[in-house]
Amino acid sequence: MSARRLSFALAAALLAGGLIYFWSPGPRSVRTGPVKPDKDRHQAPDFALKDVNGQTVRLSDYRGKVVLLDFWATWCSPCQIEIPWFMDLERRNKDKGFAVLGVSMDDDGWESVKPFLSQLGVNYRVVIGDSETAQLYGGVDALPTTFLIDRDGKIAAVHVGLADRRDFEDGVEKLLQSPAPAADSRAALAAVTLRSD
Amino acid sequence: MGQPQQVAGRRNAAVQAKIPVAVRPGFHVNSNTPTEEYLIPLKLTWTAAGALESGSVTYPKPSMEKYEFAEKPLSVFTGDFELVANFKVAANAPAGPGAAVGKLHYQACNDRACFPPKTVEVTIPYRVQ
Repeated sequence: MSARRLSFALAAALLAGGLIYFWSPGPRSVRTGPVKPDKDRHQAPDFALKDVNGQTVRLSDYRGKVVLLDFWATWCSPCQIEIPWFMDLERRNKDKGFAVLGVSMDDDGWESVKPFLSQLGVNYRVVIGDSETAQLYGGVDALPTTFLIDRDGKIAAVHVGLADRRDFEDGVEKLLQSPAPAADSRAALAAVTLRSD
Repeated sequence: MGQPQQVAGRRNAAVQAKIPVAVRPGFHVNSNTPTEEYLIPLKLTWTAAGALESGSVTYPKPSMEKYEFAEKPLSVFTGDFELVANFKVAANAPAGPGAAVGKLHYQACNDRACFPPKTVEVTIPYRVQ
């Protein structure tokens, strides 16, 4: 068993016993393993896809936020393990500049996805993806494939296949610790504008 | 998927075609009777059977395997197995060669990820005697 798997197994065992938070002596340290350093990050390709209400969702709409972009499908069992984790991340971090965006790769679109979302009570936005979107992200042949995108819209981490829950939690936590440069820029621009007036 | 052998028979005769399938080590496909409604079953259908009248398809006995990503064991096929397609040679079939064409639809996973459903063409050469 790899160290990563072992740590996941231990965390799962502790969680199952409801003990992990009570045993924690203080703030838990953030593992930074899967998150790339700034210099190695590339811009996440933008896309425009429809949500369940028919509204167009663009990734660029989320600039300034940390985004967990999850490619998944209803027929994918490993995806179904991760979705409740993402719902929890959304619930805990949505007010901190974080959002989960699900991209379903179901061929029959909302016909399968809509009842699935209702059944699970999914609390984050989901759009229907297509092969063009998948190509933008390198093909996305294996599901789930999940991208952590920083506040600048750059890909900070990629998880292909079922990952450890802590990798997502730590990655999101680390990215949320970074300031929002877009907001800073806007503030600076406003200041300049005021001075020029 | 391997190449099915040619089948041969007289008019009105029942014939069987064996279709060899191989799943790469470390992967599995859902069986024809998956345990969960949302899973995509392996399914063989005929689109143009020619002088053959398509009948039932016999699937192997699936194995029940437990994976980290599922609470309950899943009904799957792994490794090498055979599908058996049952046909009847049509009463008015012309003597000679032909081919029955079908589609095998499946969806594969390994122990951490799943892959989009795929359809491969299946061709069974036959000879009406």
